[in-house]
Amino acid sequence: VSPGDTSVLAGLYGPAEAKVSKELPDRAALEVLLRPKVGLPGVLERSREQLLRQTCEAVILGVLHPRTAISLVLQVLSDAGSLLSCCLNAACMALLDAGLPLNALFCGVTCALQPDGTILLDPTARQEQEARAILTFAIASNERKVLMTTTKGSCSVEEMQQCLAAAQRAATTIFQFYRDSVRRRYSKS
Amino acid sequence: GSITTADGSALVKLGNTTVICGVKAELAAPAVDSANKGYIVPNVELPSLCAERFRSGPPGEEAQAASQFIADVIENSQMIVKEDLCIANGKLAWVLYCDIICLDYDGNLLDASVFALLAALKNVQLPLVTINEETGLSEVNLKQKNSLIIRKHPVATSFAIFDDTLLIVDPTAEEEDLATGTVTIVTDEEGRLCSVHKPGGSPLTGAKFQDCITRAITRHKEVKKLIDKVIKSLTPK
Repeated sequence: VSPGDTSVLAGLYGPAEAKVSKELPDRAALEVLLRPKVGLPGVLERSREQLLRQTCEAVILGVLHPRTAISLVLQVLSDAGSLLSCCLNAACMALLDAGLPLNALFCGVTCALQPDGTILLDPTARQEQEARAILTFAIASNERKVLMTTTKGSCSVEEMQQCLAAAQRAATTIFQFYRDSVRRRYSKS
Repeated sequence: GSITTADGSALVKLGNTTVICGVKAELAAPAVDSANKGYIVPNVELPSLCAERFRSGPPGEEAQAASQFIADVIENSQMIVKEDLCIANGKLAWVLYCDIICLDYDGNLLDASVFALLAALKNVQLPLVTINEETGLSEVNLKQKNSLIIRKHPVATSFAIFDDTLLIVDPTAEEEDLATGTVTIVTDEEGRLCSVHKPGGSPLTGAKFQDCITRAITRHKEVKKLIDKVIKSLTPK
């Protein structure tokens, strides 16, 4: 998945046999690994892995596959801004492609609040640096509810609500893109 | 403070959850690309003594995610501006190592960590450091101590979500385990949002978010009053 020049490769493995230490008796155990482009994974990758894992756990119907393990591996190929939402979109498409049972789809949208108050969606790296605040949302496909939020920089309550509304509107476009991609993929076979 | 060997420290008890924060200040050369900025390095530790589920060994995902969250809160709220930590441009700056250690885990780690950090930073007394122009060496004056300039006072409020509808403030460990999601909102005294942290979990509508934010702002006022009262009661040496 690559909006602009940011690209992330996602690989999903599962539901497969889980190690006894990691298996959960009533649901599938999800593991997310995020590998940065350069360097070893650090604290930032760990915190992003936790965000992605809990977002995916909310949509995957884990109870249909108890005592199994689902591994999601994400490799950052290039980063030109909006990395976290790119990872979210890659994760969702990987889940779709694998055919795992889901109760909703989700998409990632990044909003940048510029110093003059305008809202920019899916900012580039330069726009992210200049922005006063960056908010990333994971929006679910059922009723556009919010699955995950993370913010960088401070903003007022009204600004956050405006960004959320803008993100929910943008989510419709992204879900349409998912539909088109999946249709294209399965049209020849 | 609570730790006599640290430059600043605080012990916070939120129900049964106990968190201690110790701040040590050291001198270092600032980074080449930001010559007028010091460093603040937070580190959250969840040792095996605080709860059964934490094993000894390298920090687990929860500790690392919490450390990242604290670093983000410091950065987003600008509670300590890194330029204030600079002593001599390009030569010398303070490094504040903030170690946050959980002594008893009964849920709501993030709120307690943020309070402990705020209280510890308010407690920090840094000696005056001057650079001797003739020798180029730094001179530390231990007799003259100054407090840190804390510009903003961020306060975190965590909620546990149950089945898309019920929200419980300040969850205990038992409530957290049963919850289907959590939200943490960090506000500062102007009512601005420093951080909205919702790591997955059941979805929330915009209206519910607004509800959480209003409660977080109310809670901020109460907590700020409490911190100010305690800091004032500590007699300066």
